[in-house]
Amino acid sequence: MNIGIVVFPGSNCDRDCAYVASDVIGQSAQFIWHQETSLGEMDAIILPGGFSYGDYLRTGAIAHLSPIMDAVKAFAKQGGLVLGICNGFQILLESGLLPGAMLRNRGLSFRCEEVYVRVENAETPFTNQCHPGQVLKIPIAHAEGNYYTDPVTLSSLQANAQVIFRYCDADGQSTGPSNPNGSLDHIAGIRNAAGNVLGMMPHPERCAERALNNTDGFLVFQSMVASLKTQARLTAR
Amino acid sequence: MKHDNKPSTTESLSKALIHQHGLSDEEYQAILAHLGREPNLTELGVFSVMWSEHCSYKSSRIHLKRFPTEGPRVVQGPGENAGAVDIGDGLAAVFKMESHNHPSFIEPFQGAATGVGGILRDIFTMGARPIALLDSLRFGELDHAKNRHLLQGVVSGISFYGNCIGVPTVGGEITFNDIYSKNPLVNVFCLGIVEKDRLLKGLAQGEGNLVLYIGAKTGRDGIHGATMASDSFDDASEKKRPNVQVGDPFLEKLLLEACLEFLEQDLLIGIQDMGAAGLTSSSCEMAARSGTGIELDVALVPRRESGMTPYEILLSESQERMLLVAKPGKQDAVLAICHKWGIDAAVVGKVTNDGLLRIKDGTQTVAEIPAKALAEEGPRYDRPAAPPSYQDSLQSLNLDMLPDVKNPDEVLIALLGSPTIASKAWVFRQYDYMVGTNTVVCPGSDAAVVRLKGTQKSLAITTDGNSRYCLLNPHMGGSLAVAEAARNLVCSGAEPIGVTDCLNFGNPERPDIMWQFVMAVEGIADACRALNIPVVSGNVSFYNETNGLSIYPTPILGMVGLIDAPEHITTQWFKQAGDHILLLGQTNEDLGGSEYLKVIHAREQGIIPWLDLEVEQRLHRCLLELIRQGWIQSAHDCSEGGLLVTLAECCITSPLAPLGAQITIPPHRIRLDGVLFGESPSRAVISVKPEHLDAVREAIVQAGVPLTDLGRVTSSSFDVTIQQAAPVSPICFSLPGSHLADIWKHSLAKQLDGDE
Repeated sequence: MNIGIVVFPGSNCDRDCAYVASDVIGQSAQFIWHQETSLGEMDAIILPGGFSYGDYLRTGAIAHLSPIMDAVKAFAKQGGLVLGICNGFQILLESGLLPGAMLRNRGLSFRCEEVYVRVENAETPFTNQCHPGQVLKIPIAHAEGNYYTDPVTLSSLQANAQVIFRYCDADGQSTGPSNPNGSLDHIAGIRNAAGNVLGMMPHPERCAERALNNTDGFLVFQSMVASLKTQARLTAR
Repeated sequence: MKHDNKPSTTESLSKALIHQHGLSDEEYQAILAHLGREPNLTELGVFSVMWSEHCSYKSSRIHLKRFPTEGPRVVQGPGENAGAVDIGDGLAAVFKMESHNHPSFIEPFQGAATGVGGILRDIFTMGARPIALLDSLRFGELDHAKNRHLLQGVVSGISFYGNCIGVPTVGGEITFNDIYSKNPLVNVFCLGIVEKDRLLKGLAQGEGNLVLYIGAKTGRDGIHGATMASDSFDDASEKKRPNVQVGDPFLEKLLLEACLEFLEQDLLIGIQDMGAAGLTSSSCEMAARSGTGIELDVALVPRRESGMTPYEILLSESQERMLLVAKPGKQDAVLAICHKWGIDAAVVGKVTNDGLLRIKDGTQTVAEIPAKALAEEGPRYDRPAAPPSYQDSLQSLNLDMLPDVKNPDEVLIALLGSPTIASKAWVFRQYDYMVGTNTVVCPGSDAAVVRLKGTQKSLAITTDGNSRYCLLNPHMGGSLAVAEAARNLVCSGAEPIGVTDCLNFGNPERPDIMWQFVMAVEGIADACRALNIPVVSGNVSFYNETNGLSIYPTPILGMVGLIDAPEHITTQWFKQAGDHILLLGQTNEDLGGSEYLKVIHAREQGIIPWLDLEVEQRLHRCLLELIRQGWIQSAHDCSEGGLLVTLAECCITSPLAPLGAQITIPPHRIRLDGVLFGESPSRAVISVKPEHLDAVREAIVQAGVPLTDLGRVTSSSFDVTIQQAAPVSPICFSLPGSHLADIWKHSLAKQLDGDE
């Protein structure tokens, strides 16, 4: 399986994602420079975390104008799996692949810590190895993860089961203190209507190995592999 | 056509102008001797920065020779951009620590941010990918709004720069004392990894090879920053704010990736960061190291503003710039990589064989100075040193005048909530300490641990320094800092393999300050020699004084240790109820200079603990043996706050739920506060599974290390029984572990967030 990892100037989780793709889940990982106009033969695309263009303007606002993003949009339109993590999620919002926007964290400062998220929909290409309502411990590291959207969009996200992860406490309860950034409806991750594009603020690539004392993030990558294998079997028939 | 014109020296320089450049009359005479003529203004400026204390180490250099700098693992000792030690698997760990104190006081956010930027460049100019940052910070007490402002500014600045560039800030330490109110300390440590035989150096070899400038355009910022850092402060120092540079971590990230591509494609002879004294220091140091000369044309330097004079271009300290010498014929490949990353780059000169730094502005020569005169033959001072008159009174403290502790539980709570001991999570959670996915032990244990992907190895890193000890006894204080840093690494399962130092002191022209410096250097050197830990890099920051008030002598050590296998990685917190708790090492009545005396009795006085380096080394060997046998669950260095604080920390610092302990302190012959809160060195608290207890006890006795059984780990409450010599009945107290955890975790946040 080929997993393409898009590198924008200022991406800094690109190598971490590649390490998980190749050394942890045993797939082929390839970097794709943002100036490219084609993705090549890829089965899934990851937009990694970081500070594309320094995030000096709005997060992701310049990265979504990179030449590669047209190819990413076309790939997504054809049903290809796209995972945006942290800055990657912000870029997906700016590019319109996902609805909504990010505000500064409620406390206005950068927060790096382990948080809990509840799996709201376990029937997606990114969560099929989880069970519904499962609580995962995954680290966050961002200053702008306070998800916001208008009430109509929010209702449709809720109605279509597009909210995939919500912040919660260790027991799975979403409360004020369990929400690290003030995001609307405790949203930590959403997918598009078609279901093949996921954006999430927590970093699954930071907790996919025993060596890092936490393997909850492995489930996200394992789900993607399982989903691609199923897809490949169906296509072969 | 050849233009062999000499720099013009028509105007004679006034004495006032010379002094304004921070040069003494003797130093000016030396300049005349080096040049054989009067310098022009540009040359005067170049000499002034290169001969500043900050760049020349003129007051410290003769003393720094005392450090042991060699050892079987040393790949690069002091003198380069950073030091390097061999860690096996064909790899070297490259590391250094630097201060950014003066800029951080004037403008805390940018001062700290550019400190991070500067140390990162020192590491990646060596060809190493930076994988860890640590910060050692000193502030005044947080009850002053100004100190809270400085802390918040510095932390945001570090967070801004480190998070953006994507190098994790994995640890460090912060302590508070009002002596730092007008002169906070910001010391930044960085570690990188490189293939040992691909280490890059700051060399300019090969006559005719091209010199390239890459990175940010040059502006008028930071001119004479190095000179500013070589002077004391007064109330007017805020006016120096324009001397502080502004950092651009995004540009530095591009620069980092481009530099690692140069290395990958083997394009360079040498490379150096333009840090303090900018273009001037990078060019003359590269030439001096290589025994060559460099000719630069300032007209070719990319500039941010028009009308800059050669003087300004040479002395600018604009950030995120590099000077490099390309291998013959490789300049186009260098330029292509810069183009890919969108970085400005220009050929600005060439290597010569005449040993001169020759600066041209188009066809006109504007400066011509022997490179070695600037970089290596600057002034050297053996400044007078004498102990301050108040030294004896600092050391004299009659403990009999102070009441012994009656309610140890209350003292414990006070210490756990004091900002120096309390949890620093408020700070760390603003840093991305996980990016890179190598951080195996996150901030909060004795040392941070980062793994090395593709190997079985990990590195443990710590920064340490106790300035109160150094005030009371700079020699012993220096040794104790080394011992504590090494003990932190050993408790994490690592063998110490190298150290870098950042020596923060007052005005070296004062004999008392110079005495503190010389003593502390000797103390550090003695301990490093005894423990076989080479000093591979370092930095000296003098003139840390404002309105004549000097900081405490504050040497900070950044130490690196090697862990051979993942199963040897050890953390400080207890793991499981039922485990046995043991104290290794001897407890004496070591209250002098302790955190307890400061917090409870408001005294910063006394005789500080005596360190026996052989005893210390015995403890290290014993601990490493126990860890490598797989016999112990946790190990925690016993230091600030003493035994009771250490035990409480073992219960409450785990990232998981707090545990408790059932502790019995055996009868004692010394003051009770000495037993509970004294800071005797060479001690550690470990926890052991019942099935390993016998083997562990035997190994400790065999190693000749004093051993005390203290009790068992429990699930929740912290119960302490202090036995007294008969017939006095024991003192007992019980505190919920969760209560101790709350105090320790939230104390700092309460002081800082109450500010809004």
